[in-house]
Amino acid sequence: MNNIEFTLLVWVSALLAGFVGSLTGLGGGIIITPVLTLALGVDIRYAIGATLVSVIATSSGAAAAYVREGFSNIRIGMFLEIATTVGAVMGALLAARISTGAISIIFGLVLLYSAYASSRPRHERVGDCQPDPLATRLKMNGSYPTPDGPKGYCPQAVPTGFSLMFGAGILSGLLGIGSGAVKVIAMDQAMGLPFKVSTTTSNFMIGVTAAASAGVYLSRGYIDPGLAAPVMLGVVVGSLVGARVLTRAKTRWLRLVFGLVIGIMAVEMIYHGLTGRL
Amino acid sequence: MAKQTLQWTDQYVEELIGNLLRVGVTLAAAVVLFGGIVYLFRHGRAAPQYHVFMGEPTDLRSVSGIVKDALAFRGRGLIQLGLLVLIATPVARVAFSVAAFAMQRDRLYVVVALIVLAVLMCSLTGARA
Repeated sequence: MNNIEFTLLVWVSALLAGFVGSLTGLGGGIIITPVLTLALGVDIRYAIGATLVSVIATSSGAAAAYVREGFSNIRIGMFLEIATTVGAVMGALLAARISTGAISIIFGLVLLYSAYASSRPRHERVGDCQPDPLATRLKMNGSYPTPDGPKGYCPQAVPTGFSLMFGAGILSGLLGIGSGAVKVIAMDQAMGLPFKVSTTTSNFMIGVTAAASAGVYLSRGYIDPGLAAPVMLGVVVGSLVGARVLTRAKTRWLRLVFGLVIGIMAVEMIYHGLTGRL
Repeated sequence: MAKQTLQWTDQYVEELIGNLLRVGVTLAAAVVLFGGIVYLFRHGRAAPQYHVFMGEPTDLRSVSGIVKDALAFRGRGLIQLGLLVLIATPVARVAFSVAAFAMQRDRLYVVVALIVLAVLMCSLTGARA
Protein backbone atom coordinates (compact mmCIF):
# COMPACT_ATOMS: atom_id res chain seq x y z
CA MET A 1 0.00 0.00 0.00
CA ASN A 2 1.38 3.41 -0.91
CA ASN A 3 0.60 6.83 0.58
CA ILE A 4 -2.20 7.65 -1.88
CA GLU A 5 -4.07 4.43 -1.14
CA PHE A 6 -3.49 4.74 2.60
CA THR A 7 -4.67 8.38 2.61
CA LEU A 8 -7.86 7.45 0.74
CA LEU A 9 -8.54 4.59 3.13
CA VAL A 10 -8.06 6.85 6.15
CA TRP A 11 -10.26 9.53 4.57
CA VAL A 12 -13.11 7.09 3.92
CA SER A 13 -12.80 5.65 7.46
CA ALA A 14 -12.85 9.14 8.94
CA LEU A 15 -15.87 10.01 6.81
CA LEU A 16 -17.76 7.02 8.20
CA ALA A 17 -16.59 7.75 11.74
CA GLY A 18 -17.75 11.36 11.46
CA PHE A 19 -21.11 10.20 10.11
CA VAL A 20 -21.67 7.61 12.86
CA GLY A 21 -20.32 9.98 15.51
CA SER A 22 -22.80 12.65 14.55
CA LEU A 23 -25.76 10.22 14.35
CA THR A 24 -25.05 8.63 17.72
CA GLY A 25 -24.08 11.92 19.36
CA LEU A 26 -20.73 10.44 20.41
CA GLY A 27 -18.66 12.64 18.13
CA GLY A 28 -16.37 11.43 15.36
CA GLY A 29 -13.19 11.65 17.42
CA ILE A 30 -13.95 8.83 19.80
CA ILE A 31 -14.75 6.48 16.89
CA ILE A 32 -11.87 7.22 14.53
CA THR A 33 -9.09 6.40 17.03
CA PRO A 34 -10.14 2.72 17.44
CA VAL A 35 -10.59 2.43 13.66
CA LEU A 36 -7.10 3.78 13.01
CA THR A 37 -5.43 1.64 15.64
CA LEU A 38 -7.40 -1.61 15.36
CA ALA A 39 -8.13 -1.74 11.62
CA LEU A 40 -5.27 0.23 10.09
CA GLY A 41 -2.50 -0.55 12.58
CA VAL A 42 -1.61 3.07 13.29
CA ASP A 43 0.32 3.74 16.51
CA ILE A 44 -2.14 5.05 19.11
CA ARG A 45 -0.09 8.21 19.68
CA TYR A 46 -0.36 9.24 16.01
CA ALA A 47 -4.04 8.30 16.07
CA ILE A 48 -4.70 10.47 19.13
CA GLY A 49 -2.79 13.41 17.65
CA ALA A 50 -4.74 13.28 14.38
CA THR A 51 -8.07 12.82 16.16
CA LEU A 52 -7.52 15.75 18.49
CA VAL A 53 -7.26 18.11 15.53
CA SER A 54 -10.40 16.72 13.92
CA VAL A 55 -12.25 17.26 17.21
CA ILE A 56 -11.45 20.99 17.05
CA ALA A 57 -12.81 21.14 13.50
CA THR A 58 -16.13 19.36 14.13
CA SER A 59 -16.78 21.17 17.39
CA SER A 60 -16.09 24.60 15.96
CA GLY A 61 -18.10 23.86 12.82
CA ALA A 62 -21.14 22.71 14.79
CA ALA A 63 -20.76 25.44 17.41
CA ALA A 64 -20.89 28.06 14.66
CA ALA A 65 -24.41 26.87 13.84
CA TYR A 66 -25.57 26.43 17.44
CA VAL A 67 -24.49 29.78 18.93
CA ARG A 68 -26.63 31.60 16.41
CA GLU A 69 -29.72 29.67 17.47
CA GLY A 70 -29.26 30.94 21.03
CA PHE A 71 -29.06 27.58 22.83
CA SER A 72 -25.49 27.70 24.09
CA ASN A 73 -24.72 29.74 27.19
CA ILE A 74 -21.45 31.53 26.52
CA ARG A 75 -20.88 32.51 30.17
CA ILE A 76 -21.35 28.99 31.53
CA GLY A 77 -19.11 27.70 28.75
CA MET A 78 -16.38 30.24 29.37
CA PHE A 79 -16.38 29.70 33.14
CA LEU A 80 -16.18 25.90 32.86
CA GLU A 81 -13.47 26.19 30.22
CA ILE A 82 -11.09 27.22 33.00
CA ALA A 83 -11.51 23.69 34.39
CA THR A 84 -11.44 21.87 31.04
CA THR A 85 -8.37 23.66 29.64
CA VAL A 86 -6.27 23.19 32.79
CA GLY A 87 -7.39 19.53 32.85
CA ALA A 88 -6.59 19.11 29.15
CA VAL A 89 -3.02 20.37 29.53
CA MET A 90 -2.51 18.01 32.48
CA GLY A 91 -4.04 15.12 30.53
CA ALA A 92 -1.76 15.76 27.56
CA LEU A 93 1.30 15.87 29.82
CA LEU A 94 0.12 12.65 31.47
CA ALA A 95 -0.24 10.93 28.07
CA ALA A 96 3.54 10.97 27.63
CA ARG A 97 4.13 9.34 31.00
CA ILE A 98 1.84 6.32 30.89
CA SER A 99 2.11 3.32 28.58
CA THR A 100 0.16 3.05 25.33
CA GLY A 101 -1.45 -0.11 26.72
CA ALA A 102 -2.89 1.83 29.65
CA ILE A 103 -4.12 4.59 27.31
CA SER A 104 -5.82 1.97 25.19
CA ILE A 105 -7.60 0.45 28.22
CA ILE A 106 -8.79 3.85 29.50
CA PHE A 107 -9.91 4.67 25.98
CA GLY A 108 -11.97 1.48 25.78
CA LEU A 109 -13.63 2.12 29.13
CA VAL A 110 -14.53 5.72 28.25
CA LEU A 111 -15.88 4.56 24.88
CA LEU A 112 -18.05 1.90 26.56
CA TYR A 113 -19.41 4.40 29.04
CA SER A 114 -20.08 7.02 26.34
CA ALA A 115 -21.95 4.52 24.19
CA TYR A 116 -24.05 3.51 27.20
CA ALA A 117 -24.73 7.11 28.25
CA SER A 118 -25.72 8.23 24.78
CA SER A 119 -28.26 5.40 24.40
CA ARG A 120 -30.07 6.21 27.64
CA PRO A 121 -33.15 8.41 27.45
CA ARG A 122 -32.67 11.80 29.08
CA HIS A 123 -35.26 13.40 31.27
CA GLU A 124 -35.80 17.10 31.25
CA ARG A 125 -36.34 18.78 34.61
CA VAL A 126 -39.72 20.45 34.70
CA GLY A 127 -41.19 23.23 36.76
CA ASP A 128 -39.69 26.42 38.11
CA CYS A 129 -36.27 26.41 39.68
CA GLN A 130 -34.76 28.23 42.61
CA PRO A 131 -31.83 30.41 41.47
CA ASP A 132 -28.57 29.27 43.06
CA PRO A 133 -26.68 32.16 44.75
CA LEU A 134 -23.27 31.24 43.28
CA ALA A 135 -24.67 30.70 39.79
CA THR A 136 -26.46 34.04 40.06
CA ARG A 137 -23.27 35.82 41.06
CA LEU A 138 -21.57 34.21 38.05
CA LYS A 139 -24.46 35.41 35.84
CA MET A 140 -25.19 31.90 34.62
CA ASN A 141 -28.98 32.01 34.71
CA GLY A 142 -30.39 32.24 31.22
CA SER A 143 -33.16 31.28 28.88
CA TYR A 144 -33.42 29.27 25.69
CA PRO A 145 -35.88 29.20 22.79
CA THR A 146 -38.73 26.64 22.92
CA PRO A 147 -41.82 26.27 20.74
CA ASP A 148 -43.78 28.15 23.46
CA GLY A 149 -41.34 31.06 23.62
CA PRO A 150 -38.17 31.56 25.67
CA LYS A 151 -37.92 29.42 28.80
CA GLY A 152 -35.69 30.28 31.74
CA TYR A 153 -33.31 27.99 33.60
CA CYS A 154 -31.05 28.32 36.61
CA PRO A 155 -27.92 26.19 36.99
CA GLN A 156 -27.27 24.46 40.33
CA ALA A 157 -24.21 22.88 41.96
CA VAL A 158 -21.56 24.96 40.19
CA PRO A 159 -18.59 23.50 42.19
CA THR A 160 -19.63 19.91 41.32
CA GLY A 161 -20.02 20.82 37.66
CA PHE A 162 -16.66 22.55 37.70
CA SER A 163 -14.89 19.50 39.22
CA LEU A 164 -16.50 17.13 36.73
CA MET A 165 -15.36 19.42 33.93
CA PHE A 166 -11.82 19.20 35.20
CA GLY A 167 -12.08 15.41 34.84
CA ALA A 168 -13.55 15.79 31.36
CA GLY A 169 -10.58 17.98 30.47
CA ILE A 170 -8.05 15.40 31.68
CA LEU A 171 -9.73 12.66 29.62
CA SER A 172 -9.86 14.93 26.60
CA GLY A 173 -6.15 15.72 26.84
CA LEU A 174 -5.18 12.13 27.58
CA LEU A 175 -7.22 10.47 24.83
CA GLY A 176 -7.52 13.24 22.23
CA ILE A 177 -11.31 13.17 22.34
CA GLY A 178 -13.96 15.80 23.03
CA SER A 179 -15.29 13.80 26.03
CA GLY A 180 -18.76 15.14 25.38
CA ALA A 181 -20.32 12.36 27.48
CA VAL A 182 -18.60 13.55 30.68
CA LYS A 183 -19.33 17.19 29.88
CA VAL A 184 -22.99 16.34 29.48
CA ILE A 185 -23.09 14.57 32.89
CA ALA A 186 -21.62 17.70 34.45
CA MET A 187 -24.08 20.09 32.88
CA ASP A 188 -27.15 17.91 32.43
CA GLN A 189 -27.14 15.97 35.67
CA ALA A 190 -25.03 17.96 38.15
CA MET A 191 -25.93 21.50 37.12
CA GLY A 192 -29.45 20.70 35.93
CA LEU A 193 -29.26 22.53 32.61
CA PRO A 194 -31.85 21.80 29.90
CA PHE A 195 -30.91 19.10 27.40
CA LYS A 196 -30.35 21.40 24.41
CA VAL A 197 -28.41 23.97 26.43
CA SER A 198 -25.98 21.42 27.88
CA THR A 199 -25.35 19.64 24.56
CA THR A 200 -24.68 22.81 22.61
CA THR A 201 -22.65 24.50 25.36
CA SER A 202 -20.57 21.32 25.74
CA ASN A 203 -19.95 21.28 22.02
CA PHE A 204 -18.97 24.94 22.17
CA MET A 205 -16.36 24.13 24.85
CA ILE A 206 -14.84 21.11 23.12
CA GLY A 207 -12.84 23.17 20.60
CA VAL A 208 -11.18 25.28 23.28
CA THR A 209 -10.46 22.21 25.43
CA ALA A 210 -8.88 20.36 22.50
CA ALA A 211 -6.84 23.43 21.50
CA ALA A 212 -5.35 23.49 25.01
CA SER A 213 -3.89 19.99 24.65
CA ALA A 214 -3.11 20.38 20.94
CA GLY A 215 -0.16 22.66 21.79
CA VAL A 216 1.39 19.95 23.94
CA TYR A 217 0.77 17.25 21.33
CA LEU A 218 2.22 19.39 18.55
CA SER A 219 5.44 20.12 20.40
CA ARG A 220 5.76 16.43 21.27
CA GLY A 221 5.55 15.43 17.61
CA TYR A 222 2.29 13.45 17.92
CA ILE A 223 0.53 15.39 15.17
CA ASP A 224 1.52 13.94 11.81
CA PRO A 225 0.33 16.05 8.86
CA GLY A 226 0.06 13.10 6.46
CA LEU A 227 -2.35 11.33 8.81
CA ALA A 228 -4.12 14.35 10.33
CA ALA A 229 -5.11 15.79 6.93
CA PRO A 230 -7.35 12.91 5.76
CA VAL A 231 -8.68 12.35 9.31
CA MET A 232 -9.71 15.96 9.74
CA LEU A 233 -11.17 16.40 6.25
CA GLY A 234 -13.02 13.08 6.51
CA VAL A 235 -14.51 13.61 9.96
CA VAL A 236 -15.71 17.12 9.09
CA VAL A 237 -17.50 16.03 5.91
CA GLY A 238 -18.89 12.92 7.63
CA SER A 239 -20.37 14.84 10.53
CA LEU A 240 -21.93 17.44 8.24
CA VAL A 241 -23.68 14.65 6.31
CA GLY A 242 -24.64 12.94 9.58
CA ALA A 243 -26.22 16.13 10.93
CA ARG A 244 -28.34 16.40 7.75
CA VAL A 245 -29.52 12.79 7.98
CA LEU A 246 -30.24 13.13 11.70
CA THR A 247 -32.94 15.71 11.10
CA ARG A 248 -34.74 13.57 8.52
CA ALA A 249 -34.23 9.83 8.94
CA LYS A 250 -35.61 7.52 11.60
CA THR A 251 -32.42 6.86 13.44
CA ARG A 252 -33.50 4.47 16.22
CA TRP A 253 -32.41 1.20 14.64
CA LEU A 254 -29.34 2.85 13.13
CA ARG A 255 -28.24 3.98 16.57
CA LEU A 256 -28.79 0.49 17.95
CA VAL A 257 -26.59 -1.11 15.29
CA PHE A 258 -23.89 1.51 15.68
CA GLY A 259 -24.07 1.23 19.47
CA LEU A 260 -23.32 -2.48 19.15
CA VAL A 261 -20.37 -1.90 16.80
CA ILE A 262 -18.97 0.75 19.14
CA GLY A 263 -19.30 -1.62 22.10
CA ILE A 264 -17.29 -4.28 20.25
CA MET A 265 -14.59 -1.73 19.36
CA ALA A 266 -14.38 -0.64 23.00
CA VAL A 267 -13.93 -4.22 24.21
CA GLU A 268 -11.26 -4.77 21.59
CA MET A 269 -9.38 -1.63 22.67
CA ILE A 270 -9.38 -2.92 26.25
CA TYR A 271 -8.30 -6.39 25.12
CA HIS A 272 -5.45 -5.05 22.99
CA GLY A 273 -4.34 -2.81 25.84
CA LEU A 274 -4.29 -5.74 28.25
CA THR A 275 -2.42 -8.05 25.90
CA GLY A 276 0.02 -5.29 24.98
CA ARG A 277 -0.63 -5.46 21.27
CA LEU A 278 -0.97 -1.72 20.81
CA MET B 1 -23.00 55.78 24.54
CA ALA B 2 -26.36 54.03 24.64
CA LYS B 3 -25.84 53.01 21.05
CA GLN B 4 -22.48 51.47 21.87
CA THR B 5 -23.82 49.22 24.66
CA LEU B 6 -26.90 48.31 22.65
CA GLN B 7 -24.78 46.99 19.80
CA TRP B 8 -22.84 44.53 21.95
CA THR B 9 -25.80 42.44 23.09
CA ASP B 10 -25.26 38.76 23.80
CA GLN B 11 -27.05 37.93 20.58
CA TYR B 12 -24.78 40.13 18.50
CA VAL B 13 -21.68 38.64 20.16
CA GLU B 14 -22.96 35.13 19.47
CA GLU B 15 -23.50 36.02 15.83
CA LEU B 16 -19.91 37.28 15.53
CA ILE B 17 -18.49 34.23 17.29
CA GLY B 18 -20.43 31.96 14.93
CA ASN B 19 -18.94 33.73 11.92
CA LEU B 20 -15.44 33.68 13.40
CA LEU B 21 -15.60 29.91 13.95
CA ARG B 22 -17.00 29.26 10.49
CA VAL B 23 -14.32 31.31 8.74
CA GLY B 24 -11.54 29.69 10.81
CA VAL B 25 -12.61 26.13 10.10
CA THR B 26 -13.21 26.77 6.40
CA LEU B 27 -9.84 28.46 5.96
CA ALA B 28 -8.05 25.68 7.86
CA ALA B 29 -9.75 22.95 5.83
CA ALA B 30 -8.82 24.70 2.57
CA VAL B 31 -5.14 25.02 3.53
CA VAL B 32 -5.02 21.38 4.76
CA LEU B 33 -6.63 20.14 1.54
CA PHE B 34 -4.20 22.14 -0.59
CA GLY B 35 -1.20 20.93 1.44
CA GLY B 36 -2.48 17.35 1.25
CA ILE B 37 -2.66 17.51 -2.54
CA VAL B 38 0.88 18.93 -2.75
CA TYR B 39 2.13 16.22 -0.37
CA LEU B 40 0.49 13.32 -2.19
CA PHE B 41 1.54 14.69 -5.55
CA ARG B 42 5.18 14.50 -4.45
CA HIS B 43 5.21 11.57 -2.03
CA GLY B 44 2.14 9.58 -3.05
CA ARG B 45 4.14 6.52 -4.10
CA ALA B 46 6.10 6.20 -0.87
CA ALA B 47 5.03 3.68 1.78
CA PRO B 48 3.19 4.99 4.85
CA GLN B 49 4.85 4.33 8.21
CA TYR B 50 2.37 4.92 10.97
CA HIS B 51 2.56 1.60 12.77
CA VAL B 52 5.80 2.58 14.47
CA PHE B 53 5.86 5.78 16.48
CA MET B 54 8.87 7.96 15.73
CA GLY B 55 7.53 11.42 16.43
CA GLU B 56 7.59 14.29 13.98
CA PRO B 57 10.81 16.02 12.90
CA THR B 58 11.51 19.17 14.92
CA ASP B 59 10.57 21.56 12.11
CA LEU B 60 6.97 20.26 12.24
CA ARG B 61 6.71 20.73 16.00
CA SER B 62 7.01 24.50 16.39
CA VAL B 63 5.18 27.46 14.91
CA SER B 64 8.33 28.99 13.41
CA GLY B 65 9.43 25.68 11.87
CA ILE B 66 6.00 25.08 10.36
CA VAL B 67 5.81 28.57 8.84
CA LYS B 68 9.29 28.09 7.33
CA ASP B 69 8.29 24.73 5.81
CA ALA B 70 5.03 26.13 4.50
CA LEU B 71 6.80 29.07 2.86
CA ALA B 72 9.19 26.61 1.21
CA PHE B 73 5.98 25.11 -0.24
CA ARG B 74 6.45 21.70 1.35
CA GLY B 75 3.27 19.64 1.52
CA ARG B 76 3.62 18.52 5.11
CA GLY B 77 4.48 22.07 6.20
CA LEU B 78 1.39 23.43 4.44
CA ILE B 79 -0.88 20.84 6.11
CA GLN B 80 0.64 21.64 9.48
CA LEU B 81 0.04 25.36 8.82
CA GLY B 82 -3.64 24.60 8.14
CA LEU B 83 -3.79 22.65 11.41
CA LEU B 84 -2.25 25.65 13.20
CA VAL B 85 -5.01 27.85 11.76
CA LEU B 86 -7.51 25.31 13.09
CA ILE B 87 -5.95 25.29 16.57
CA ALA B 88 -5.84 29.09 16.51
CA THR B 89 -9.59 29.32 15.78
CA PRO B 90 -10.85 28.53 19.32
CA VAL B 91 -7.99 30.63 20.73
CA ALA B 92 -9.16 33.56 18.60
CA ARG B 93 -12.69 32.92 19.86
CA VAL B 94 -11.53 33.27 23.48
CA ALA B 95 -9.48 36.38 22.66
CA PHE B 96 -12.52 37.86 20.96
CA SER B 97 -14.65 37.03 24.02
CA VAL B 98 -12.27 39.05 26.21
CA ALA B 99 -12.95 42.08 24.00
CA ALA B 100 -16.68 41.40 23.83
CA PHE B 101 -17.04 41.09 27.61
CA ALA B 102 -15.00 44.30 27.98
CA MET B 103 -17.42 46.09 25.63
CA GLN B 104 -20.28 44.81 27.79
CA ARG B 105 -18.44 46.11 30.89
CA ASP B 106 -18.59 42.63 32.40
CA ARG B 107 -15.39 42.69 34.43
CA LEU B 108 -15.89 39.30 36.03
CA TYR B 109 -16.03 37.58 32.66
CA VAL B 110 -13.16 39.60 31.23
CA VAL B 111 -11.08 37.99 33.98
CA VAL B 112 -12.56 34.51 33.35
CA ALA B 113 -11.83 34.75 29.61
CA LEU B 114 -8.31 36.05 30.31
CA ILE B 115 -7.57 33.03 32.52
CA VAL B 116 -8.69 30.65 29.76
CA LEU B 117 -6.62 32.59 27.23
CA ALA B 118 -3.56 32.40 29.49
CA VAL B 119 -3.86 28.61 29.82
CA LEU B 120 -4.15 28.27 26.02
CA MET B 121 -1.13 30.50 25.47
CA CYS B 122 0.96 28.56 27.99
CA SER B 123 0.11 25.32 26.20
CA LEU B 124 0.85 26.66 22.73
CA THR B 125 4.09 28.43 23.54
CA GLY B 126 5.47 27.04 26.76
CA ALA B 127 5.06 23.28 26.80
CA ARG B 128 8.37 21.82 25.75
CA ALA B 129 8.59 18.95 28.21
